[in-house]
Amino acid sequence: MAERERDEVTGTETTGHEWDGIKELDTPLPRWWLWTFYATIIWGIGYTLAYPSWPGLNTNFKGFLGTTNRMELHRELKAVQQARAEKLAGLEKASLQDIMKNDDLRTFATRMGEAAFKVNCVQCHQAAGRGAYGYPNLQDDDWLWGGTLEAIHYTITHGVRYNPETNEETRQSEMPAFGRDQILEPAQIEAVTEYVLKLSGQEHDARKAEAGAKVYMEDAGCNGCHGDKGEGNQELGAPRLNDQIWLFSGTREGIMKQVSEPQHGVMPAWKGKLDKATIKALTIYVYSLGGGVGS
Amino acid sequence: MSLTVRWLEMGVLALGALLALVMAAKAVDPLYAFHSWIFFAAAVLGLFFMARNTFSGAYLEEKETEYMDKVVKYGVVATVFWGIVGFFMGVYVASELAWPWLNLSEWLNFGRLRPVHTSAVIFAFGGNALIATSFYVVQRTNRARLAFGNLAWFVFWGYQLFIVLAATSYVLGGSQSREYAEPEWYIDVWLTIVWVAYLLIFFGTLVKRNVSHIYVANWFYLSFIVTIAMLHLGNNLALPVSFFGTKSYSLLSGAPDAITQWWYGHNAVGFFLTAGFLGMMYYFVPKQAERPVYSYRLSIVHFWALIFTYIWAGPHHLHYTALPDWVQTLGMVMSVILWMPSWGGMINGLMTLSGAWDKLRTDPILRMMVIAVAFYGMSTFEGPMMSIKSVNALSHFTDWTIGHVHSGALGWVGMITMGSMYFLMARLFSPSGRLYSYRLVSWHFWLATLGIVLYAAAMWVSGIMQGLMWREYDDQGFLVYSFAETVEAMHPYYVIRALGGLLYLIGAVIMAWNFYQTAKGRVSAAEAELAPARA
Repeated sequence: MAERERDEVTGTETTGHEWDGIKELDTPLPRWWLWTFYATIIWGIGYTLAYPSWPGLNTNFKGFLGTTNRMELHRELKAVQQARAEKLAGLEKASLQDIMKNDDLRTFATRMGEAAFKVNCVQCHQAAGRGAYGYPNLQDDDWLWGGTLEAIHYTITHGVRYNPETNEETRQSEMPAFGRDQILEPAQIEAVTEYVLKLSGQEHDARKAEAGAKVYMEDAGCNGCHGDKGEGNQELGAPRLNDQIWLFSGTREGIMKQVSEPQHGVMPAWKGKLDKATIKALTIYVYSLGGGVGS
Repeated sequence: MSLTVRWLEMGVLALGALLALVMAAKAVDPLYAFHSWIFFAAAVLGLFFMARNTFSGAYLEEKETEYMDKVVKYGVVATVFWGIVGFFMGVYVASELAWPWLNLSEWLNFGRLRPVHTSAVIFAFGGNALIATSFYVVQRTNRARLAFGNLAWFVFWGYQLFIVLAATSYVLGGSQSREYAEPEWYIDVWLTIVWVAYLLIFFGTLVKRNVSHIYVANWFYLSFIVTIAMLHLGNNLALPVSFFGTKSYSLLSGAPDAITQWWYGHNAVGFFLTAGFLGMMYYFVPKQAERPVYSYRLSIVHFWALIFTYIWAGPHHLHYTALPDWVQTLGMVMSVILWMPSWGGMINGLMTLSGAWDKLRTDPILRMMVIAVAFYGMSTFEGPMMSIKSVNALSHFTDWTIGHVHSGALGWVGMITMGSMYFLMARLFSPSGRLYSYRLVSWHFWLATLGIVLYAAAMWVSGIMQGLMWREYDDQGFLVYSFAETVEAMHPYYVIRALGGLLYLIGAVIMAWNFYQTAKGRVSAAEAELAPARA
C-alpha cells in the first residue's frame, strides 16, 4: 500500500495512489448527493408501484393506479368530445341560416371551421384564405361560384372540376382554348386582350380594344359567359373581368395566355372526406371571411 | 518491431486491396462500387506508406521503450479538422432551416446533410478526441506503451476511413435510416473490425500496466469502448439484400425495432458522449488544475451507478408511442434516478478545483474545462427532467430536445474536448511547452460560450413555444394553430440558433490557427514576455 498523505488545502487524506502526478482525496460521499440519490430511488420504486412496470414471464405488473397511456388518452378525448357534444348536435340539426342567427352556434361553427380550414384548406387558399396565384382569395367579395351560404356549402361539398366522370354534381365549366385550338387569329387574341384590359380599367391600346370589343361580343362570344360588361357569371364559374381581382394574372401577357390556352382550377369534393358538421362549419367560417352575394 | 511482422501487415493490406477489387467488380449498385474503390485506394495507400517506411528503415527509429505519441498527435489534428467540418455542417443545416432556399440540390438537402453534421461532430470530432486522449491517458496512467504495435495506426486510419465512407454515403443517398447509426451494413462491419482492434489495444495496454491500481479515467474509457461495441452490434442487426450491394433490412420490426434503436441512441449519448468524455475529464482536469481528484469514493460509486442506470434510459425517447407502458415507466424512472450518478461526475470535476479556483482568472484552458463541467451538470439535470412523461408530453418532437442535446454537445463534449486538445497541443506539439497565444484561447472560450448561450436560449424559447402552440385549444375546444403557423413562428429563433452556431465555429477556427502557430513553434509577440508556461 502506498503512503497516504494529507492534502494541505482541504485537510483531507489522499488514497496514497498516484498516476502521472494525479492523486486522489479520500473525501466521503457528499451527504446531500447521497440523500438525493436515495430519494430518487425511493420515488422510483413508488412510481413503479403506481404504474405498469416490472415485466414477468407472460405479462407485466399493472400498477396500483390501474391506468395506462391508452386509457388516459381515451379519457382526454372523451372529455373533449363531451364538452363539444351539445353544440355539435345543435350544429348538425340547424340549417345554415339558423346557425347564423344563433350567436353561440355561430361562434362554435366559426372556430370549428377555422380549425378544419387550417388542416385541410390552407395548403391552397393560404392562411386565413388570403389566396395565391391560381387559388381564389376568400377574403374579398369576388366569388367565382357564388358567395352565399348555400353556394359556398355546395362548392365545398362537391368541389370544382373534381372527377367529373364519377362526381356529376361537381362545379363544372371550361373556357375554350382560343389560341391553341385556332378558334381565333393571333390578331384577334391581341385585340380581345386589349379589350379585357379596358374592361378592367387598365392602360390599353384604344384602337385595338375597339376591334377587341367586336371579338368579345361577336366573333368569340366571350360575353356569353363573362357578360356584356364583363360582370362574370357565378352560375358558370366565369370570373368577373371588370375589376382588378385576378385568379391568375391581370397583365397583358397573363390575359393573352389565358385566352390562348386557359388554365382551370380544381378543388376537391370534401363530401366523404369530412363529415357533414365539419363541412357546415367550414361554410360558416369561409362565409365569415368574405361571404355575401358580391357586388 | 520485427521485419516479419511488417511483411505480415503488408500482406494483410494487399489482401484487403484484392478483396476491395473483387467488391468493386461485382458491385450491384454505384454507391457500393464507389465505396469499394475507396476501400481499394485506402489499402493501396497504406501499403505504399508501409513499404516506404520498411525499406527506408524509418520504422527502426521508433523506440519500444517510449510512449507511442505520434498516433495521438495525428488524433489531435484529426479532432480539430473534423470539428471544424462538423461545426460548419451544423451552421449550414441550421441555416437551411432558417432559409429553406439553401436546400440547393438533392445532395445538399437537409435530410442528407443533417446526418453528415451529426456523424461529423459525434463520431468524427468526438470519436477522434476519445481515441486520441484514451491512447494518451492509458499510456501515462499505466506507465505502459500501447499494446500491439502498429494496430494503433490501423485504428486511427481505419476510423478515418469509416468517417469518409459514412459521410459520402449520406450525401449520395445511402442510409439505413437509424438515427446516429445511418451507415449501411458493410460500413458497420468495417467499424466493428476497427472497434475490436481499439478494444484490444486499450485492454492490452491495461493488462501490461506497470502500476497496481487502474486509474478512474481508464474505467470510463473502457466502459465506453465495451458498451459502444455492444450497442453497435445490437442496433445494426440487418440482412443485406446482396453482399455486393448497399441495401439491407433490419432483422427487427415495429416497436422492438424502435426500442432497439433508442436503446442504442440514448446510450450513444450515455457511453460515447458521457462516459468517454468523463474519462477525459478525470485525467485532464486534475492535470490542468494541478490538484488531486476530489473524492475517490464518489468516483467509484458514481461510475457504477452511472453505467448501471444509463443502459435503461432509452425508452424515454418513445414516451406515448406504441412502446408498452411498462417499458416507458422503467425508462422514465431510471432516467430520473440517473440524475445523481451523473452529478457525481460534475461534483468530482468542479470540486477538484478547490484550492485552485484562482487559476480560473489566469488559465483560459482550465476555464474551458470548468464551463464544460458546468454545462454537463446543467444538461444532466435537464435530461432527467425532460424524461418525466408529463414534461415530455410538452417537450417531445420540439426544438427543446435540440437545445438540450446542444447544451450537452457544444457545452460539455465540445468544451472538455477543446480544453484537452489545448493541453495536448502544448505538451505534444510545442517545443517550449506553451501555446502560441493564450489570449486567443480566451477569445475562443468567450465566442464558444456566447454561441452556446444563444443556441440554447433560442431553442428553449422556440421549443417551448412550439409545444405550447401545438396544444393550444380555444374556448370552444378547437386547436388554434396549424403546423405551418408554428414553423413560421420559429423563424427568428432559427436565425438566432444559426448565429450561435456560427460563433462556435469561429471559435474553433481560431483554435485551429492557434494550433498551427503553436506547432510551428511560435509564441505570440504580445505574450512573449510573460513567464513561460509550466513544464
